[in-house]
Amino acid sequence: MTGTTAPAQHARPRRAAAIRFLDRYLLYAYTAFAILYLMLPVAVMALFSVNDPPGKSNVIWHGFSFDAWLNPFGVPQLFDVVRTSVVVALLSTIAATTLGTLIALALVRYNFRGSAATNILIFLPMATPEIVLGASLLTLFVAIGDPPFFPTNFVTILIAHIMFNISYVVVTVRARLYGFDRHLEEAAMDLGANEWTTFWKVTFPMILPGIMAAALLAFSLSIDDYVITAFTAGRTSTFPIFIWGSARIGVPVQVNVIGTAFFLIAVGFVALTTILQNRASRPLPPPAAGRERAELEPGRAALTEAEA
Amino acid sequence: MHARQWLNRLTPYLLLAPGILWLLVFYAYPGVQMFISSFWAGTLETGFTVSLDNWTTYPAALERYGPQFGRSIVYGAAATTICFLIAYPLAYTIAFRGGRYKSLLLFMVIAPFFTSFLLRTQSWKIILGDDGILFGPLKDLGLLGPDFRVLATPVAVVAGIAYNFLPFMTLPIYVSLEKIDGRLVEAAKDLFAGPWRPGGSIAGGLVGGLTAGGLAAAFEYDIVPFAILGVVSGVLIGTFLLSESFIRIVLPLSLPGVFAGSLLTFIPAMGDFVNAELLGNTQTRMIGNVIQSRFLENNDYPTAAALSFMLMVGILIAVAVYARLLGTKELTSSG
Repeated sequence: MTGTTAPAQHARPRRAAAIRFLDRYLLYAYTAFAILYLMLPVAVMALFSVNDPPGKSNVIWHGFSFDAWLNPFGVPQLFDVVRTSVVVALLSTIAATTLGTLIALALVRYNFRGSAATNILIFLPMATPEIVLGASLLTLFVAIGDPPFFPTNFVTILIAHIMFNISYVVVTVRARLYGFDRHLEEAAMDLGANEWTTFWKVTFPMILPGIMAAALLAFSLSIDDYVITAFTAGRTSTFPIFIWGSARIGVPVQVNVIGTAFFLIAVGFVALTTILQNRASRPLPPPAAGRERAELEPGRAALTEAEA
Repeated sequence: MHARQWLNRLTPYLLLAPGILWLLVFYAYPGVQMFISSFWAGTLETGFTVSLDNWTTYPAALERYGPQFGRSIVYGAAATTICFLIAYPLAYTIAFRGGRYKSLLLFMVIAPFFTSFLLRTQSWKIILGDDGILFGPLKDLGLLGPDFRVLATPVAVVAGIAYNFLPFMTLPIYVSLEKIDGRLVEAAKDLFAGPWRPGGSIAGGLVGGLTAGGLAAAFEYDIVPFAILGVVSGVLIGTFLLSESFIRIVLPLSLPGVFAGSLLTFIPAMGDFVNAELLGNTQTRMIGNVIQSRFLENNDYPTAAALSFMLMVGILIAVAVYARLLGTKELTSSG
């Protein structure tokens, strides 16, 4: 800027452009950085699943070894605790998904006295810290003082997991029920179906994706839970409890292997369901365009038709 | 006909009964039992007796564990602030600039949480280790002094909490940003909404200084250099990046998401003990650590029950105030 007005006038748009450039790419850079930050621990977990530590401690990189992957349960107890976790997750998912779906149906389909109170009771467990959920259950079990509640065991873990999963199922299924077209049910009833048939032939298939999503959420919450389980497990050990117990003396490489495998399975599962859902909800092409496409891609058009 | 009407009326209650009963017995009642248990005296072996005289457990617990309570609030607030700083620009980019990669980006935000909570935290222990993969090379290059450490300090604990509860902040903010009608922003620009000056410089400097200073205080660092750094970056961001349309339209419309996200992050952050245990030291113990060890290691049920009852009441009050002011819709729609 030499003091004349002309360069100053040029400088303004240039500065504005520079700011727009920054505004645009700074956000992208920030987002890339944030996603890197989110992924870093997962990457480290996976990397240390092929580590070759000489001792028990697996916190420093020593060298590449695939041994742990070839022998994922090569640590005493590890198989048992993973099995316990999977069994607890399966059973609590089935129970919580059933109970939660019934509550969601009642809340969305019926106007009844006490629905506001029900909503609060559904919401509160999600807003209560896990430690309070676990601790209060433990005081209940100690107060009862007799089997099967005390000493705490597999049954008490299951009770706790069903409890904290119900709310998440209700919220997930309810979201799906809100967008439900009730005319379809009325049509089925008009065509002579009774309520029972209508539910199983129309309602249930339509809300099934919501129920499946809820079940997936419940399963992943249950299999990963440490805090509430710690308060209700007694001598029973689950996979997270095993990790906690070994954290002080050194987490074995095999734990990283199983963690990485769980991660890959979960990501694969979500990717698969997303692809299937996208395919199912893809709008049908108009007839003319469909014919054109049929000439170009016979296989795909046949697929769309089959789905229709 | 009459019987059928009755049945129709009863249906919702029959549907509700099993699940609600479960929640009443195993969620609601245990809260009451916890209150009763805080008046216990005795041990597991001799059995417990309830007596109102044991109210002294409360002041005794507060006096003994006051610092841990305070630390939980400070760490929880610091982690919530950090979550906000990371989550808002992230959610903003995904909602407004995501384009066709929106679902993929959203998935990448959630994907890390498919791994175990404990393993994620364990990974941070590896990353932040004194000679670990992050600081080891920096120390070798001489960029950091040999005594520099993050692990076993408040920074590591707060960073771990912020990492683990980030989706609770990101998703509600994303949901509220996603709902904003883009035409509103265009209309504002048509009506000559431009850069926000000088308001942006002043507000940016103030907010930046307070945030950085507050975080430094929480981490027990020197406040002044961090506050200065915060003021400088706040002024830069406020002057050059904040537009009037953002301040007047996008930010106010996304506030419900910000409030919901803050509450959903602060609550679990305050009750957490895993991060403080794995990433901290004895000087970073939070109230969750005390409750956990009183319950599970010392079998000191009355004190532990009193502490967790106070934690529960504090959080229920916060939730009630929030629900009274803003309703519960934002909290449950994205949770």
